Amino acid sequence: MIVARTGNEAMAEAMRQINPDVVAAYPITPATEVVQLFASFVHDGVVTTEFVPAESEHSAISACVGAAAAGARVMTSTASQGLALMHEILFIGAGLRLPMVICLVNRALSSPINIHCDHSDSLASRDSGWIQIFSENTQEAYDSTIMAVKMSEEALLPAMVTTDGFIISHGMERIELVDDAEVPKFLGERKVRYSLLNVEDPITLGALDLQDYYFEHKRSEIDAMNHTLPIIEKVQKEFGDRFGRYYPIIDEFMMDDAEVAVMAMGSTGGTTKVAIKRLREKGKKVGLIRCRIYRPFPKEAMLKTITKAKVLGIMDRADTLSTLGGHLYSECRSILFESNKRPLLKNYIYGLGGRDISIEEIEAVFDDLLMIHKSNKVDKDIVYYGVRGE
Amino acid sequence: MVSLKELAQQEEKFLGGHRGCAGCGATIAARMVLLAAKEPVVVGAATGCLEVISTIYPYTAWNIPYIHSAFENVAATMAGVEAAYKAFKKKGKISKEMRFIAFGGDGGTYDIGLQALSGMIERWHRVLYVCYNNEAYMNTGIQRSSATPYGAHTTTSPAGKKIPGKLQPRKNLTEIVIAHEPVYAAQSTIGYWNDLVTKVRKALDADGPSFINIYSPCRLGWAYTPEKTIAVSRMAVETCVWPLYEYENRRYRITLKPKEKKPVTEFMQMQGRFGHLFKWQNDIPIKEFQAEVDRIWERLLKRSVEGSEITESK
Repeated sequence: MIVARTGNEAMAEAMRQINPDVVAAYPITPATEVVQLFASFVHDGVVTTEFVPAESEHSAISACVGAAAAGARVMTSTASQGLALMHEILFIGAGLRLPMVICLVNRALSSPINIHCDHSDSLASRDSGWIQIFSENTQEAYDSTIMAVKMSEEALLPAMVTTDGFIISHGMERIELVDDAEVPKFLGERKVRYSLLNVEDPITLGALDLQDYYFEHKRSEIDAMNHTLPIIEKVQKEFGDRFGRYYPIIDEFMMDDAEVAVMAMGSTGGTTKVAIKRLREKGKKVGLIRCRIYRPFPKEAMLKTITKAKVLGIMDRADTLSTLGGHLYSECRSILFESNKRPLLKNYIYGLGGRDISIEEIEAVFDDLLMIHKSNKVDKDIVYYGVRGE
Repeated sequence: MVSLKELAQQEEKFLGGHRGCAGCGATIAARMVLLAAKEPVVVGAATGCLEVISTIYPYTAWNIPYIHSAFENVAATMAGVEAAYKAFKKKGKISKEMRFIAFGGDGGTYDIGLQALSGMIERWHRVLYVCYNNEAYMNTGIQRSSATPYGAHTTTSPAGKKIPGKLQPRKNLTEIVIAHEPVYAAQSTIGYWNDLVTKVRKALDADGPSFINIYSPCRLGWAYTPEKTIAVSRMAVETCVWPLYEYENRRYRITLKPKEKKPVTEFMQMQGRFGHLFKWQNDIPIKEFQAEVDRIWERLLKRSVEGSEITESK
């Protein structure tokens, strides 16, 4: 079915079709519309979900942990400060190996208080053991929300699917919905090995784990993340085979003969594709590498992809405040260390707090990168793009 | 009325072999609460003494399903467990009757967990929240909490040369909980097992949120010898430092009135945490403590309807 939906509506539709056992959420500022849309599904009897309108994001994710430990299929939605407030419990959910999904609207972290898009919220929780999927558009956000449930349950790791605040979350797009009946069929029932509600075979969850065991248990969690990419690939293929939309781990656009490439996440991927089409008409060999699956980081595939280009401009919509530039930039530099083929890198920190990034600005980034290609020299490795005084 | 014989025949749900101190009040509270439960129980614990001493991997003292997540969120965690149970019941995936109990110390309840507890009650989750109250952060090194009484020495309200311990009275958490108008709320203590077990049964039968604040002396933090735990607990009741009462059907009832209300000094003198007050330059701190206890007891008398006292079986 073809419909017009905002990103928030699309994610809420996905949640309606998933019909989770439990949804617990809280509307921190900035609140996401996803939850209020879903609440109307609950109150209209469209879903059978137990809805827990918690008194904070901290309690919302804590209730998700409890419900997931009881064997439920669990979802929530949040943004920005809400994810920051959940931070402590993100690690606990992952450490307890509990599947659950957050529909995350990427918005800038305070201070200063903002509410508009950047990726500082999800990137601040990159080390929490959650699968992170960045969406380029509404269709992808919708599809990824459905897929994430399956990925999370198979990997026994929680997952967050993100949309760019306002750009995707509030922007209306034409999307194709899967038939209502198809979603439960695609997902099946959650398979539960251990449940708190199995009183005949009681388990102790969240035991105190000291020097003798903590490291082994943490190592097994790391190992789970290390083995999650094949699960993600498998689920993406199953989804494509069933519904006709195939998603890659890394979205490559016109990379086969690209000399110069931009790397980005989220909606900037779409903007960059338009810029590339324009530049290609002028005969410029430019391409895009869109990081779709950010956690686990697709190390080998990413190395293969980025070494196709001679010059790579990495667009980060957040900064690490560490002198090292953005997250993607420092991670890509890291994986290139042992490669004998290394593109020249330049980091563009852009769009913080929802500052718009236009097609023309991305064309200008490509012009800059083409100049670097010509001179074979990077003038400045990290730039703050589109900010006054730079 | 509960008979000891009946309790003795229950299967133990909180087992021995844990790392609790000799004379630990919290573990007595946990064991008694669980012995009172007739239905299968799923338990959550906040970070704290009870959690730390009962689950050092690969051991567990819990003979029933148990979850620990973090310090401030046991109420929210158990709300989630209960929500999952309701969802499965609604879908016909589960039919068994179960009860849900959250255990938190006073730090995890009065302080950092207060918001989650408030939310759990307001959203009407059918969870019994048990605060095992030992009036300070005993697990982390005896720091003051908002449950610490006036004048008590803790490591963050030390008995100093200028300041004699904690200068503020206790937060009245039970009254804060009652302000939510839950189905059932009570104060009890481990020294009166029948009072406690009766209240736990009422709380678990309540079709909605319930709360019991269990006075659980800590021999380490209160500084007394381990064999005195029960005696200290009883003295708290006899001095009205810890009144035993319940809130049910929107009415207060004192469940045990001491025959003769003893002065608070009899309670204080049993414990090292108040020792400095007896050597202090004046008797103002002790008088302040007594005045606070009297004020709350008088108010409680006014609020409670005259009810029958629970008699202790000997």
